[in-house]
Amino acid sequence: MTVLPYLVAVWVLCWGLYGIVSSRHLFHLVLSLGVAQAATYVLLIGVGYKHGAAAPVYADISSSTPVVDPVVQALALVDVVVEATVAALLLALALQTQKRFGTVDPDELHALKG
Amino acid sequence: MAIAPLAVAIPLLVAAALAATDFARRRAVTDAVGIATAAGVTVLCAILVGHTQHGPVVYWLGGWEPAHGVALGVSLSADTLGAGMATLVGVLTTATLVFSARYFDAVSNLFHALMLVFMAAMVGFCLSGDLFNMLVFFELMSVAAYALAAYKIEERGPLQGAINFAVSNSVGAIAIFVGVALVYGRTGALNLAQIGAALSHRPPDALVAVAFALIVLGFLVKAAAFPVHFWLADAHAVAPAPVCVLFSGVMVELGVYAIARIYFTAFDGALAAQAAALKPILIWTGVVTALVGASMCLQQRHLKRMLAFSTVSHIGLFLVCLGLLDHEGVAALAAYVLGHAFAKAALFMCVGILLHRFAEVDELDLQGCGTADRTLKFVGVLFAACGVALVGAPVLGVFLGKSLGEGAVAASGFGWAVAVFVVASAMSAAAVLRAAGVVFAGWGPDEPPQTEQPEEADEEAETLQPHDRTPLPMLVPAALLTLAALLVSLAPGLDHAIQQAAGRFTDSGAYRDAVLAGHAHFPPIEPARVAPVDYLWATLALLLALAITAVSLFGHGLGWNPPASLRTAADRAQHALGALHSGHVGDYIAWMTAAMGALAALVALAVR
Amino acid sequence: MSRAARLGLFGGGVAVLAAMLVLAIGDLPGFGHYPGPYGDLIEAGGEGATHATDLVTAVNFDYRAYDTLGEEFILFAAVLGMAIVLRDRRGERKRAPGAPGTERGLSRPSPALGMVGLALVGPLIVLGIEIATHGHLTPGGGFQGGLPLGSAVFLAFLAGEYAAMKRVAPHALVELGEAAGAAGYALVGVGGLIFASVFFQNFIDRGEPGRLLSAGTIPLSNVAVGLEVAGAFLLLWGEFSDQALLIVPEGKEGGG
Repeated sequence: MTVLPYLVAVWVLCWGLYGIVSSRHLFHLVLSLGVAQAATYVLLIGVGYKHGAAAPVYADISSSTPVVDPVVQALALVDVVVEATVAALLLALALQTQKRFGTVDPDELHALKG
Repeated sequence: MAIAPLAVAIPLLVAAALAATDFARRRAVTDAVGIATAAGVTVLCAILVGHTQHGPVVYWLGGWEPAHGVALGVSLSADTLGAGMATLVGVLTTATLVFSARYFDAVSNLFHALMLVFMAAMVGFCLSGDLFNMLVFFELMSVAAYALAAYKIEERGPLQGAINFAVSNSVGAIAIFVGVALVYGRTGALNLAQIGAALSHRPPDALVAVAFALIVLGFLVKAAAFPVHFWLADAHAVAPAPVCVLFSGVMVELGVYAIARIYFTAFDGALAAQAAALKPILIWTGVVTALVGASMCLQQRHLKRMLAFSTVSHIGLFLVCLGLLDHEGVAALAAYVLGHAFAKAALFMCVGILLHRFAEVDELDLQGCGTADRTLKFVGVLFAACGVALVGAPVLGVFLGKSLGEGAVAASGFGWAVAVFVVASAMSAAAVLRAAGVVFAGWGPDEPPQTEQPEEADEEAETLQPHDRTPLPMLVPAALLTLAALLVSLAPGLDHAIQQAAGRFTDSGAYRDAVLAGHAHFPPIEPARVAPVDYLWATLALLLALAITAVSLFGHGLGWNPPASLRTAADRAQHALGALHSGHVGDYIAWMTAAMGALAALVALAVR
Repeated sequence: MSRAARLGLFGGGVAVLAAMLVLAIGDLPGFGHYPGPYGDLIEAGGEGATHATDLVTAVNFDYRAYDTLGEEFILFAAVLGMAIVLRDRRGERKRAPGAPGTERGLSRPSPALGMVGLALVGPLIVLGIEIATHGHLTPGGGFQGGLPLGSAVFLAFLAGEYAAMKRVAPHALVELGEAAGAAGYALVGVGGLIFASVFFQNFIDRGEPGRLLSAGTIPLSNVAVGLEVAGAFLLLWGEFSDQALLIVPEGKEGGG
């Protein structure tokens, strides 16, 4: 019994969060968000794994072969699409920020206070 | 009966059609289609409410009924409170679309399409009976909301507000994802009822505690609880006023709804024995949120930020109700949310009317502007009436929800929290009443005190041009919502219906049977009554609100000067509190990370 | 907050969070010991019930097809949001594609590179269609197939000229295709309601497992999603390219 893949997820999550908090560039921030989100892919795929099982596709294996959980893979697919779309929207906002503020450093953005 | 899926699918289909065709580029047609769709969804949801009187209406999408008691597909499990929330979403969206028909000088069909997607997402979220499906619709709601918040790209504020909003809520969603993955790793289930069944078999351990904490925290971000509420004021300050109606009226409340729904379906069985240790966590979070929100609210002169912090304050009170983790708390929560939604929606519409007329949203710059003509005086009456509704004066406004809440906390041994209800609601209502006095009566100091000018305060001209008059389609929804806000507590049968609905909502065993076995018996509960002492508390809150309003409007003329040391201390505290709301997205995520760790540790300690 | 204070708050928070997460994963079943029952039931009965040999697609487009409806509209909403965020601002002009200066920032590819790029367009389209339409048989599906489809058109741009891409795929047509894909998927759900009386219930004969035309509505769903994804990503890339190439601040002309 091992928990190493789960530890990887925790590790990735913490560094992703660190990237967001310490970011000095919105582009870097969006990518850090993607890193944090990647932790959820690792965790999801991890919990659905079975030792010695094949991929859940019966195209070229006999239908009695054990396969890993297909549900988590479907969930991870949804997760990926969510991350991609949020990243696209955030990048568009970052691009307009550059035009309006002339900077994309969160330390330099002061439109909202108090 | 396919009402539930249609209430989600129809607005999505219409949104796709609107985006693709632009309906001959005629604004009137686009408006009419949007309003008709939203109204249709409202009717569908209202019909659905009627079918839920004996338990949830369960609909297995794709016809995938549970096999051997295991859910194979996704279920919509619409109960009275969920469907009622969906109806509220429909009502507010309809009103908002009517309002925005004349609010924006130019608006593209994309706005209508996004509003319909936003509505469909919220309705789907309310009706869902599946943990992962809730998360999908939560994300859909969020993505539509980010785009709507950034609708005015002419200004700098919206960009930063939308970025803060999107990053904060995305990190919140990641927390929920991790929680869902942990729960799935334990139970191999995604349906709420089935998770509940699987988790109730054994005492809670660290996994259940941490998963619960992460899911709760993710939804607390959406609900804007301290200290993960920072994005809310930014997003509200920058989003167009009609969009704020939905943000404050229903969207953030859905965060609280989600916690209630998930606790009472999935975690109740596992955590009920530890409820006594869990309650203080939620209740204290609520108390701090209510007080921080209320004091920030009083400090604002930007009207939309002021209303946003009033929402934060009320969210705190909602959390106190929810924190009781019983049907009395849920009944109070539901009634309170209903009253608050109408009042807050009407208030944002009034601010929208001011923006439309004067292209200005700063309280002191608007001083006396509201006396210009009879229409504006009428708006002033609406504004003040909503303030009275928010404080929950006897039998008016949020009185029912607030009274039930005060009764419930007193009955559960948290009697001191009644004081928080009185003080917090009085403070945030006082900010509304003060603004009404300044803007619509011209009261207050003649020389605006030279406090810190909010930067870029002049950037809020969202309709860009001041107008000479206020069109009727903007006044009518504001007036109707104000009326609804004032009278909602008097609605015959509402008290009883909400309490019975809350009884069914919190009966996790019967819910499980209804979803997985297809039949269940929900025993009726003994309803609580509004006690005479609640009238006293309500009167007290109203008087306190009036007193704070009077002091802030006329205090300078009374010659009363608090000692200098007291004033400096108060100033410092205010300043420190204000400095927390830095607008820096890194700060927000640092707070959120700390909150995740703290909540996970607290819940784990509580269930040990 | 100062940078030090922010990192301090974060450091304390993340230490507690990580510790709690480690405690929590200690209670998970060990890696490789998936407990079921959801996945096990689909493993046992999925192929028989859906006639799809790719069980991930069976989950995405049949068992949990309704989740995918939400997911698809997330993409749809993001594209609408992009269009709103990146629409032309006051003080900016949009140049006609092909006008002088619109190739700014991108050097023309060498003839050889252009040739290879154009030669890849056809195969990519075939690949995209293949992946999308075989989603119920082998790994793939509408999401995975839509991307190569969209990329094929974008490749025409990378290989040649921006104006060429705008000619091959006019904005209005792409927008229509994207919305039609989104609506099409929702209509598959409505079809289930009309023909099989339950939203998203399969209403087409499921056929023989392993055949291209099998698994009922799943291939149809995949085609709709493929169309939506291809359109959505083309719109996203197009919006970003417009920003880089066509939008100029008022008063600036030429090379920018």
